Amino acid sequence: MKSLFDIRPGESARLSHVGGERSFRRRLMELGFLPGTVVRLVRSVGVGDLVELEVRGGHISLRRSEANELRFERDR
Amino acid sequence: MSHRPASSPAKSPKLPVVAVAGNPNTGKTTLFNRLTGSDHKVGNYPGVTVERHSGSFTLPGGRRVEVIDVPGTYSLSARSREEELAIQAVAGLEPFDPPEVVVLVVDATQLSRNLYMVLQVIELETPVVVALNMTDMLEARGEVIDVDRLRAELGVPVVPMSAQKGTGFAELTLQIERVLATPSAGTPKARWVPDSQPLIADIEAVGAEIPPSWSRSSKQRERALALWALLSLEEHDELEAIPPRLRAVVVERRKLAASHDRQIDLEVIRGRYGWIDTRIDSILKRNTPDAKSLTEKIDAVLLNPVFGFAIFLILMAIVFQALFAWADPVMKLVEGAFDALASGVRDVMPDGIAQEFLTNGVIGGVGSVVVFLPQILLLFLFIGVLEDTGYMSRVAFLMDRIMRSLGLHGRAFVPMLSGYACAVPAILATRTMERQRDRTLTMMVIPLMTCSARLPVYTLVIGALFPPTHVFGFMPVQGLLMIGMYVFSTLTALVAAAVLSRTLFKGPRVPLILEMPPYRLPHWPSVVRMMVQRCKAFLFEAGSMILVCTVVLWFLLSFPRNADVQHRRETARAQIAATHASQDEQAARLAPIEAELKGEALRSSYAGHLGHAFEPAIRPLGFDWKIGVGLIGAFAAREVFVSTMGVVYGVGDESDEDSATLRAKIKAETRENGAPVYTPLVGLSLMIFFALACQCMSTLAAVYRETKTWRWPVFLFAYMTALAWLASFLVYQGGRALGFG
Repeated sequence: MKSLFDIRPGESARLSHVGGERSFRRRLMELGFLPGTVVRLVRSVGVGDLVELEVRGGHISLRRSEANELRFERDR
Repeated sequence: MSHRPASSPAKSPKLPVVAVAGNPNTGKTTLFNRLTGSDHKVGNYPGVTVERHSGSFTLPGGRRVEVIDVPGTYSLSARSREEELAIQAVAGLEPFDPPEVVVLVVDATQLSRNLYMVLQVIELETPVVVALNMTDMLEARGEVIDVDRLRAELGVPVVPMSAQKGTGFAELTLQIERVLATPSAGTPKARWVPDSQPLIADIEAVGAEIPPSWSRSSKQRERALALWALLSLEEHDELEAIPPRLRAVVVERRKLAASHDRQIDLEVIRGRYGWIDTRIDSILKRNTPDAKSLTEKIDAVLLNPVFGFAIFLILMAIVFQALFAWADPVMKLVEGAFDALASGVRDVMPDGIAQEFLTNGVIGGVGSVVVFLPQILLLFLFIGVLEDTGYMSRVAFLMDRIMRSLGLHGRAFVPMLSGYACAVPAILATRTMERQRDRTLTMMVIPLMTCSARLPVYTLVIGALFPPTHVFGFMPVQGLLMIGMYVFSTLTALVAAAVLSRTLFKGPRVPLILEMPPYRLPHWPSVVRMMVQRCKAFLFEAGSMILVCTVVLWFLLSFPRNADVQHRRETARAQIAATHASQDEQAARLAPIEAELKGEALRSSYAGHLGHAFEPAIRPLGFDWKIGVGLIGAFAAREVFVSTMGVVYGVGDESDEDSATLRAKIKAETRENGAPVYTPLVGLSLMIFFALACQCMSTLAAVYRETKTWRWPVFLFAYMTALAWLASFLVYQGGRALGFG
């Protein structure tokens, strides 16, 4: 498994696990962050310490520390 | 348009209700605005400070329906009171009546995510019409949705449209009418049906605790609400009106599932998305262009750590400049108009209590409400544009780290910045934040920002008590003091935010989930509509309170009538009139006498007595009772301190902060022992007091309007006054101990 830090901006990876506090996890899953879904890291720079992810055509920003609850499959 | 305070008063005859629901950023509000036209009411949901927007329109067949705008949510599951509204409004749980039709606004460019909520609503057996919005944007991307196929799969009417361009509305109203007449046309069976035995057992167990008033004896609704409960309820959450047994069973089932390595949330959400994913490819013809979208290209610049931040600062500087300077001429115009009205009334009415009540109390009071409108309009013009274009999400993106360290939401930045112009529009602007906690916390620190009404006070004090000399030969003392006051207030506000967020507003850390919608052009009618709504809400809800306060203040400053003063005024007038001097000369000779008499009347008024009564409390700050009277007057608005002091010292109420006479008078004022009342130390203490105290009834009225409770305005007033007293005390007593003043 790899974390968001192993993915370069612009690259996509398949989600394998969504962690974190329950209601946060639930909301992420409802937005489409389900294990097995391909997520693209849009950007991870920025003064706000946020990362922007694309899932199911929507763009969602998360705090870096909270986004670290997402785990991705290793490239096959 | 009218305002109504309560949520759902019994209307007779009751109109069928159409609830407009959907994800945020789907154009839901634009659609609602287009449907309802000019018929639009703003009320409040009971128990929460979420506004309830409703209106009505006539269906093609002539039937009139009421429309309510349900707050935007990504799903019906809830963790906060605000989110709970969506399920209550859509499913018609107490205290809501079930809507006859739910119009679900779906963003065609994000179909699969939006379909998630459609499935949830269909499960609840609420008749649904899907408004497939933004089809124009979908086309522009070269993508196509097979609407017939979507309709067939969902089993509900689907209307392709563009709310912004105004297309598809005829069909939408026809479909609403159709479902209203034949509810079954919009009420298919549940699309996704759980098929795993353990999950079915969970739903059965929780379903047994769903109150009959919720399920309305429908097994399907009971299952849907059981699913909702399984995903929403926690052992400790903010949700209200949840039977304790229901909550207990949900917690128990979740624990049981966890002990079998099952995640109920994951099973349910995966189930619904599984239903969507097996169908989406036959519904949506995708187009994956290699080029980055326009929004991503723009964001590459606007979210760039250097350029993006610079552009952000420039934009914020424009907002600030507009509020601070551009609104001013219009505000002057408003003040001028009300002054002219008051003097017109003075010309036609005989002198006396009635005339004074009308001019100083009523006209002055209405004027002091209306004067806020230019700033409110301007600020909400900016906020409307920032929100509608999608830039507000970028503000939160850029500011989250800084604001979070203070315990504030990233979106609190624009309201905080506006606080430097005026706290009143800034407090109204806290609405851009979803959570009540974020809004209230921001409201509690905004009034600490140096608003423009404090400047005349600072100018007067600095000009009168500090020499126009330079430090190190080039830095002007007076200018440094002014800058110092800004820095002081900013630091205090930041510290207050950090402290309040860690104490009174302490709560579980809420992770940020921030949608970055594509950039869009603003929908101007919706922007204008919001500007007008905010003004009306302020005028009617905060304005009435400000008006009452103005009348009370007028009463305190004008009563009891001083018979001696009136007698002397009449004598003086008669004497001067008898000299047969020219009109101008008579007026010139009368003016100082009138000013002196006005001062005497004020000094013997209730406010004068109150000043005396307050004196023991403010003496340790270096203030005498006359400053106390000024503080009472300043409650109307801080800058009124200057003119009140003008009256107290018999210089007349026309004095402004640059008045040489008033400055001289202040400098010459002595105590009984002959020592000057105003030393630079007293001046500093006074400025510190003004920087920190919530000397502003309009701010308190605005906080009441936004929180719908007296608790927060009272807390705000108490904590700021205590802070101000303490800081002034330390400055004055500390300064004296060090040998100053």
